[in-house]
Amino acid sequence: MFFWRKKNNPAQQEREALEDKIVHHPNEPELEPSTEYDPVIDPEFKKHELNETEEEVLSELEITPIPSVVDSQEPPRQDSDGGGWLSRLTSGLSKSSGKIGGGLADIFSKRKPDAETLAELEDLLIMADMGPQTAALLVDSLRARKFDKDNTMEEVQKALADDIAAILDKTTRPLAFEKVGDSPKTILICGVNGVGKTTTIGKLAYHIHYRDHKKVMMAAGDTFRAAAIEQLQIWADRTKCPLVSSEIGADAAALAFQSYERAVKEGMDVLMIDTAGRLHNKANLMAELEKITRVLKKKDPAIPHEVILVLDATTGQNAISQVETFKQLVNVTGLVVTKLDGSAKGGVVVALAHKFGLPIFAVGVGEDIADLQAFHPQEFARSLVGLAE
Amino acid sequence: MFQSLTEKLGNVFDKLRGKGSLSQEDVDLALREIRVALLEADVALPVVKDFVERIRIKAVGQDIVKSVSPAQMVVKIVNDEMVALLGSENTDLSFAGTPPAVYLMVGLQGSGKTTSTAKISKYLTDKLRKKVLMASLDTYRPAAQDQLAQLGTQTGIATLPIVTGEDPLTITKRALTEGRLGGYDVVMLDTAGRLAIDDVLMNEVVAIRDVAKPVETLLVVDAMTGQDAVNTASTFDSKVGITGLMLTRVDGDARGGAAMSMRAVTGKPIKLMGIGEKWDALEPFHADRIVSRILGMGDVVSLVEKAIETVNEAEAEDMAKRFNEGRFDLNDMLNQFRQMKRMGGIGSLMKMLPGLGRYSEQIDSANLDNSVLKHQEAIILSMTKAERVKPSLLNAKRRQRIAAGSGTSVQDVNRLIKQYEQMETMMRRMKKMGISGMMGAMKNFMGKDDQDKLAEMQRESGTTPGFSLSGSLGQMAQQKMLGGLGNFGHGGSKKNRKKK
Repeated sequence: MFFWRKKNNPAQQEREALEDKIVHHPNEPELEPSTEYDPVIDPEFKKHELNETEEEVLSELEITPIPSVVDSQEPPRQDSDGGGWLSRLTSGLSKSSGKIGGGLADIFSKRKPDAETLAELEDLLIMADMGPQTAALLVDSLRARKFDKDNTMEEVQKALADDIAAILDKTTRPLAFEKVGDSPKTILICGVNGVGKTTTIGKLAYHIHYRDHKKVMMAAGDTFRAAAIEQLQIWADRTKCPLVSSEIGADAAALAFQSYERAVKEGMDVLMIDTAGRLHNKANLMAELEKITRVLKKKDPAIPHEVILVLDATTGQNAISQVETFKQLVNVTGLVVTKLDGSAKGGVVVALAHKFGLPIFAVGVGEDIADLQAFHPQEFARSLVGLAE
Repeated sequence: MFQSLTEKLGNVFDKLRGKGSLSQEDVDLALREIRVALLEADVALPVVKDFVERIRIKAVGQDIVKSVSPAQMVVKIVNDEMVALLGSENTDLSFAGTPPAVYLMVGLQGSGKTTSTAKISKYLTDKLRKKVLMASLDTYRPAAQDQLAQLGTQTGIATLPIVTGEDPLTITKRALTEGRLGGYDVVMLDTAGRLAIDDVLMNEVVAIRDVAKPVETLLVVDAMTGQDAVNTASTFDSKVGITGLMLTRVDGDARGGAAMSMRAVTGKPIKLMGIGEKWDALEPFHADRIVSRILGMGDVVSLVEKAIETVNEAEAEDMAKRFNEGRFDLNDMLNQFRQMKRMGGIGSLMKMLPGLGRYSEQIDSANLDNSVLKHQEAIILSMTKAERVKPSLLNAKRRQRIAAGSGTSVQDVNRLIKQYEQMETMMRRMKKMGISGMMGAMKNFMGKDDQDKLAEMQRESGTTPGFSLSGSLGQMAQQKMLGGLGNFGHGGSKKNRKKK
């Protein structure tokens, strides 16, 4: 194909031949942009395709019957938490604080606060998932206070608790379950897979309905995972709250939109929208979540009023990456930390508060419907260092 | 925060370059960095301490191989130790005894047991031609049994019919009977999530184990788990007796230090990894991959493999020759774009680069990568042959024509030409400096020098080539890659900024 070319000189010719060889691959049409890189959409992910128009969104909706709201004055079960949230939290945390507190007691009952004890203290904080940076920060602040032989173990514990509480205090803000103007308080619940989003909604609904005596509606926005809708339906039945749901594979944003209209029409105080669990590094799934907020904002730019990210207390330093990404994409306004009744110590909460300043609205401390508690930094910090027995 | 360990150690060792062997102080400095890196990757503290001690013993007095930096040397030792710790030959699933072989899935709440049950069942059915029955013993979580039943329908795998009100032990017995009578090869028992400290539920799973006599008891653990992984794994192992681990959500961006913690405290092999939401997103455990992840080094091995696969050797030699002569025109640039596209675009390349993996999804979500490449390719393709060889021909009129022809704007064309000029300058400068291996690096991202180094290190240590690519070569490959790709990345991010 080069021979018709005007012959200049052998070097030039060779060079051009080489260029030709490089530019044109044997099986490629000349001067035609290739199309082989067009994205092929995996059918499995089709359901996550973005759908912009409201009309289309609405046309595919289907609403399952909503159970009527019964008298909210009558709790369906006996309260076992007579001692209030603190006793539950401490009993839930007892195993975890036992470890940290026990460790502290070991260190300080035997010895006075010196360099070595403080280093061991730092280790204990790291073992509580605080992360090497936050732990170093806390212990450096203790070092700066120069504890000596005259100081008791309790003073060091108190100082540490105060430091932790100071970090957590900055973020504290109660979650109000009240109408915002005429519209129901709209709460979007998101998080990675398996952190306990649906369970958290069930527990929150119980609290709102039977403690605050407010009308609360749930929306089964997890249209991806098998039996997720059935799972929320069971919580709706238990808490006697209405549920808006669709079917597996339905558009979650459409469902959210519809549930909001429904909640307004039925004069709800609170609307909680469940979402499918998604890893924060999955761009398509995060785009779907972003779409839910975008579609809701077409109704009212102020909704969702709260976006709660649910975090598993057993999660390690990846929690930071989770909060970072979710915050960036859907403007998370607060956290719920679950599974604090396990042996995980929840130290990541301190690292998160330090880094992002997001309030922690509640902590999950058990599998019971009432095992969701308000977050109280001072008590949490004290219990974390083994002071609140 | 998530700087790669190689980089961090590089900083530490900068002052020490050129020493003959690693002294106690050098090693101490390095070990501090290693400790923090492992802790940030969620490896449990007791495991970290133990591991760091072992590295200390190995590293002190170690001769530094000529032409390898101390940082690379230490990373290599760390890498070897970790691969040795995590790796295991015994990752095959067992089917011993008279069928049906019972598999018991245990773990904390929300670790991914049910999904993993379905994935493993699908794998056993499709790949190993086993007849599998799945049964959910989760009578606690609402709709958990429904979930497994639905997964059974979706994957076409038999599930035990649900009888409401049955307790887990009764379901187990029914599943075993059904498994025998139905001629199943494997019965998968998906248990409820439970905390390791919940004695009542732990005793329940022990009772199930005693009845079911499983050949495999797999502990399903989330790759994002933090320090608590040691407690969970050791308690489950001591009470229930696990035969292996399954790590889920490895497709997330967690560093996966939990894998190391659990392997260290239980001594049980990590058999499988869950790497996505699809049914086939299940892989045998790769120790080396998790190691480079924990150390924050990216999947350099895959990158190098991919590069070798896709960059045609003859092409690369031609290119190398041209580059050595200091010639670089738009045809060369076009060729580079195409090579990058064949490797899966900028996003895919960046994902594999050390330290960049975690940002790649954000870049993907901005959807810039391949469209940028595509546009730039279109621009060059809209030029005449003469223009490609001699870009100085490109006056304003020609640029307008090219923009129209390629469906871009004159600004885009200008940007490409600017980018070309920068690269050309760089090429000339490199030629002057006498670095000739530049395009040799395009060939396989390893210049001759590096290949020699690699060979030397292998001779010294007797390791397989697999390791070194992710260890010491991580840094080299990274430098070469970034050098070569810097300009493309730039073009992309500029575009990205503009979009926002």
